[in-house]
Amino acid sequence: MSTQGMILAGCDGDRTWRLQDYVARGGYSALRKIVADKTPQDNIIAELKASVLRGRGGAGFPTGLKWSFMPRSFPGDKYLACNSDEGEPGTFKDRDILRYNPHAVIEGMAIAAYAMGAARGYNYIHGEIFEIYQRFEEALAEAREAKLIGRNILGSDFSFELFAHHGYGAYICGEETALLESIEGKKGQPRFKPPFPASYGLYGKPTTINNTETFASVPFILNMGGEAFLNLGKPNNGGMKLFSVSGHVNRPGNYEIPLGTPFSELLEMAGGVRGGRKLKAVIPGGSSAPVLPADVIMGCTMDYDSISKAGSMLGSGAVIVMDETTCMVKALERLSYFYYEESCGQCTPCREGTGWLYKVVHRIEHGEGRPDDLDLLNSVTGNIMGRTICALGDAASMPVQSFIKHFASEFEYHIENKKCLVPPEVQHAGSNIYVSPSC
Amino acid sequence: MLSQESLQQIDREIAKYPPDQKQSAVMSALRIAQVEKGWLANETIEFVAGYLGMPAIAVYEVASFYNMYDLHPVGRHKITVCTNLPCALSGGVHVAEYLKEKLGIDFNETTPDGKFTLKEGECMGACGDAPVLLHNNHRMCSWMTREKIDQMLAELDGK
Repeated sequence: MSTQGMILAGCDGDRTWRLQDYVARGGYSALRKIVADKTPQDNIIAELKASVLRGRGGAGFPTGLKWSFMPRSFPGDKYLACNSDEGEPGTFKDRDILRYNPHAVIEGMAIAAYAMGAARGYNYIHGEIFEIYQRFEEALAEAREAKLIGRNILGSDFSFELFAHHGYGAYICGEETALLESIEGKKGQPRFKPPFPASYGLYGKPTTINNTETFASVPFILNMGGEAFLNLGKPNNGGMKLFSVSGHVNRPGNYEIPLGTPFSELLEMAGGVRGGRKLKAVIPGGSSAPVLPADVIMGCTMDYDSISKAGSMLGSGAVIVMDETTCMVKALERLSYFYYEESCGQCTPCREGTGWLYKVVHRIEHGEGRPDDLDLLNSVTGNIMGRTICALGDAASMPVQSFIKHFASEFEYHIENKKCLVPPEVQHAGSNIYVSPSC
Repeated sequence: MLSQESLQQIDREIAKYPPDQKQSAVMSALRIAQVEKGWLANETIEFVAGYLGMPAIAVYEVASFYNMYDLHPVGRHKITVCTNLPCALSGGVHVAEYLKEKLGIDFNETTPDGKFTLKEGECMGACGDAPVLLHNNHRMCSWMTREKIDQMLAELDGK
């Protein structure tokens, strides 16, 4: 049983996800109180603002502020969407939240619906986690049966219908307007902004989209108070956060810790670098976040401000750990292939540019690099960034720029010597099948 | 064209959306159709379009955009291996190589007996469970070692 954390505290794997378990942990008390007291909407939003909860999906936008953008006097339908389309390489926290504590997400969404006057919501769940989608459907049925969602919640005049929508394999649908297009039954291609979803969202109606972990944090914030939540973390970086640690560590997994925890402590929780090897680099916030060399990340604390000061982003909190057996060119080649594969094709700079990035990194990795390839890569990224509808173009460019910036000598060695600094057999052994004994 | 059971499942999906937004159920309808038929032939796509009152091309756009839909026949067991960076650091590529060797096929190929198709997948959002693979889109298999792959293939071979 997890004794640490907030959302996952008291959860015991697959055994304690049901309504009765959540209620035993104090679940739905925040919603019950709001409904019974008829809490003014503004009070809830004020509490969220005081908590300094920042969006847990990647952008880190203040949640209370986002909620305040919804036109509350708007007469027609308003929608909520939960972004559980977790496909940013390295990120696997929302899956565990939905698997181990789905009712926290449901309660958080119901409270959000109350605060913004939304009558209907959808939880968009990543295609590859069908079993989690089924579980969420079961949790919804439990909540509906107990009158915690649906018409006249807990006998009040507040109604909120909530459903699960299942994705089917498209990274781009994690972008909020692509997600809305996808719910509307179309290709997931991002929309031009403005208009922003708060004025023109799902089916053209005002809509707020938050990440799974963001919604799941809401009941806890209302129970403990915004200020208490803020104090769990550090100023401007309120609360606890789930960090998904993957790659070359002894115990990959999710660790829910206060924002501001030193990276070195998180690494220790994850069992340290595998096989006692030396840390080489860390991507601190999902594959789109700029990579940081070992000496830089070892001096960071895990919060938005510290990681941003170091030149990267906390993003979704996905920490990809790479040790000394890693070839940085090969690592970048795989990431560049991913963005090339997942570009939706709508904007020319991204559609064409991600192909160029992959092709050039691929040829460097395969001993066919040319002397001016690094300049070429920097030029292509410069021509993608800021010239596309959504952030996928930037997300594809930042790894390229940061890998070259911090590991230039490794790229140059590849181009000059047509081989890697790290011997192939060392790389091969370093990335062999590894399953932690605790799994 | 689709069984009564599949149609009932699709109807349950349609009911999640406002009455004038039936097309929101298209992704689920295609998933349900694919489970029944094994893959999405043009006539299946056209049937789904008719059922939801959508132009066939709009449904085809969706079917061709999302990568878990199969627009060509696949083996009875489709195995999709994640080789993205976090999985690759923990053996994702080794697992893919082992599967290729055991099945005697490359990515995007099907064994001559029509039993197995191998695909390379992108991030499945389960990097902590690496190496990870998906069986027929819906069953995630975590922490795959060579022994677990042997066991899985032996089980599936009989089905």
